[in-house]
Amino acid sequence: MDLHFGDSKPTDDERAAVDALLGPPESSWEGADRSDADLRWARGGREARERRDLLLPGLHAINDRVGWISEGALDHLCRRLTVPPAEAYGVATFYAMFSVKPRPATVLHVCTDLACAAAGASGLCARIEARLGPGSGASVERSPCLGLCERAPAALAIKAGEPVRTAVSAPATVEAAVLAASAPDSAPEEPPAAMAVPQAGQDGLVLLRRVGVADPESLDDYRAHGGYTALRRAFALGPAGVIREVTDSGLVGRGGAAFPTGRKWQATASQPDHPHYLVCNADESEPGTFKDRVLMEGDPYALVEAMTIAGYATGAHQGYLYLRGEYPRALRRLEHAITQARARGFLGDDVLGQGYAFDIEIRRGAGAYICGEETALFNSIEGHRGEPRSKPPFPVEKGLFGKPTVENNVETLVNVLPILTMGAQAYAAIGTGRSTGPKLFCVSGSVDRPGIYELPFGATLGELLDMAGVRDRLRGVLLGGAAGGFVRPDERDIPLTFEGTREAGTTLGSGVVMAFDDTVPLPRLLLRIAEFFRDESCGQCVPCRVGTVRQEEALHRIVERTGAAAADDIALLREVGRAMRDASICGLGQTAWNAVESAIDRLGAYE
Amino acid sequence: MTVTPLGIPRRLLEFTIDGEPVRAPEGSTVLDACRAAGKDVPTLCEGDTLRPKNACRVCVVEVEGSRTLVPACSRRAEPGMEVRTDSERARHSRKIVLELLASSVDLSTTPQVAEWIKAYEAKPDRFGPDAARLDEEPKVDNALYVRDYDKCILCYKCVDACGDQWQNTFAISVSGRGFDARIAVEHDAPLTDSACVYCGNCVEVCPTGALSFRSEFDMRAAGTWDESAQTETTTVCAYCGVGCSLTLHVQDNEIVKVTSPHDNPVTHGNLCIKGRFGYQHVQNRD
Repeated sequence: MDLHFGDSKPTDDERAAVDALLGPPESSWEGADRSDADLRWARGGREARERRDLLLPGLHAINDRVGWISEGALDHLCRRLTVPPAEAYGVATFYAMFSVKPRPATVLHVCTDLACAAAGASGLCARIEARLGPGSGASVERSPCLGLCERAPAALAIKAGEPVRTAVSAPATVEAAVLAASAPDSAPEEPPAAMAVPQAGQDGLVLLRRVGVADPESLDDYRAHGGYTALRRAFALGPAGVIREVTDSGLVGRGGAAFPTGRKWQATASQPDHPHYLVCNADESEPGTFKDRVLMEGDPYALVEAMTIAGYATGAHQGYLYLRGEYPRALRRLEHAITQARARGFLGDDVLGQGYAFDIEIRRGAGAYICGEETALFNSIEGHRGEPRSKPPFPVEKGLFGKPTVENNVETLVNVLPILTMGAQAYAAIGTGRSTGPKLFCVSGSVDRPGIYELPFGATLGELLDMAGVRDRLRGVLLGGAAGGFVRPDERDIPLTFEGTREAGTTLGSGVVMAFDDTVPLPRLLLRIAEFFRDESCGQCVPCRVGTVRQEEALHRIVERTGAAAADDIALLREVGRAMRDASICGLGQTAWNAVESAIDRLGAYE
Repeated sequence: MTVTPLGIPRRLLEFTIDGEPVRAPEGSTVLDACRAAGKDVPTLCEGDTLRPKNACRVCVVEVEGSRTLVPACSRRAEPGMEVRTDSERARHSRKIVLELLASSVDLSTTPQVAEWIKAYEAKPDRFGPDAARLDEEPKVDNALYVRDYDKCILCYKCVDACGDQWQNTFAISVSGRGFDARIAVEHDAPLTDSACVYCGNCVEVCPTGALSFRSEFDMRAAGTWDESAQTETTTVCAYCGVGCSLTLHVQDNEIVKVTSPHDNPVTHGNLCIKGRFGYQHVQNRD
């Protein structure tokens, strides 16, 4: 590869940021000053290109230090990694958290997504923008869901520097958000993760039992509360035994697609190609979803242990944890937990003295909902644009780096711990026949006690809403997030199971339950959902790239209309929606019309 | 003596297309089988010299048992498959895809698309006069070729031809996201500041005329471009010993563009800057 670089040079800061990640350059081929020795050899080929997967961490390093990515910085990173600058530019411009144009060091992301919109985010955002104008040293960006729905409206400040500083303001006021943006260090500490769990400390919890009970920083406390018994049991059972237990438990994926976990593990474990990889999908970006954040912040060691078990069962020695870029506290907690586990022999060359080698690397996302799609996530880790691949081949055969890969959601993995400690039979006895185990629900919106609720599968929507203290004048409930569907307030009897929601013509998705009263007009919410999909479409396939734009335009036209005045555009929406569902490459485009359709058909949004 | 490698004998797979039994060699795509069976499946992003990207979704067909429609260009044929190329569902998606493209992109130089729009009764105007379009100005920044991204359907073919599938120059990539995604060089700079080596292999594969010879672009602007008055002559490039095939497109006794046959077993339609653009000396009559 004969790379071409421009004349732009990195600043000292940018160079230092890249070198802090990659170490100093070894030769002029990597950007060091040229010496006589460099004239007599050439660095190239596979060896020079094999670090492409460090492109995204490199872009983060520059953005964290300077706040944006200049031409000189991008070229320098490309030289270090032997990546063509055009491709790196394509990657840098793919992610919402990066900028290739100068901007202030501090960016305040103000969530204007569903739960926050219902809590008055647009007015709040306008007032914050009035305070943080040009010259304030901070820029304000309207953001998709930040995963802080239980404390809506939310804002996240990120101040570039050494080190990068972050502050969360939720529920945000103008004063608190401005303080977070101007002085992140002196902003008040976030409430503990357990505040997002109204049931915290109650008996009978399975997945949430340690949240608010055990110290999330302490490995000893984790072990004192039953930690690492599941891994010991896994070593006693052997890889095939673990897969059998997981299969018998009936566990299915909790990320939204509900694929049987045991079958996925078995398919990966039996692949002759090596190495195998384990990927934990913690890119939780579905609007209204925040369960994985609460698990990772409140019980980080559980995820580390569960990943170790999954790696052991599927024959992987390297696990990647792809964490949403907007979750700074989860990042800190997991970095700490992984360091502790490594120091104490729970990760590393010889886990628990069993001769099994396993380690975990965290990779941060950078603001792209699409990277929650499993194959887009692989591309993102590999340093390419986070565009979904076409399937087949499926990840169990050709996944990360083209190797057999098992990818699971955070909640799915954490379920493996009780399966091994309780046994598959006892676990399968929880819930219903076809939806086994406990399930986390993310309840937000028009309720008195928003947060994460753990219920066995089979509880009804009404029971969950009553637990959360649903308020009067309910207009509709959104199940499954922006990719899910609305149901009517009177459909309280829908059982919260995969089969129950399917029979009711809706979806459980990732467990989002958002209640909306009549204070926010429904057409406004639908427009926000359409805007979300238009923003987050990767642009690869035509039905989604242009279809999401046409959907938003039509919803914009009818935002104040009803009945016959809206009928033509609704007919148009149906036709475009059907093609998006049928012909898009991935789940994003396929579900981009779901919520709008359900609001029209079930709630009569334009009648 | 010329030896033609026959390769390993390939098994024939049996399945049905529109209810009729067909047989296709193992490894072929549904599209290969459809074409062999004489079925008319439209394609835009599919390229005969490139790996399928299945981005445009105009070739979707219905496969029994599949939740969504399936891109014919990239899905491998499997025994027992039941493929329907002309079902209402497939036709609907194709129609909408054509409408979405035609309402946002200038398809005036895309071959065949006008026929498809008619055949599928697509009405791109129905999204209204305010429907967002790409609204790009042609980028005329060098003497050899023009990038008119108002005509770009984002098929990725130029990126693939410039990158690891053929040229290995990696001068262009998709930048941005969603409707704002565009083909660009690094920092969206002019081509002259990029890694481009002007091989024109991107122009060769562009299905819409978004990339075109400067000569073609200027003649179209002047209204003198007339394909019916052009002859095509395939000859051998005289620059070096490789001997690539060139097809000279001649109008009024002037070479107006150069292509290369895609079925050439060595070059597959690829050329270098000399073969592609270095023809002026031929018509230097002074």
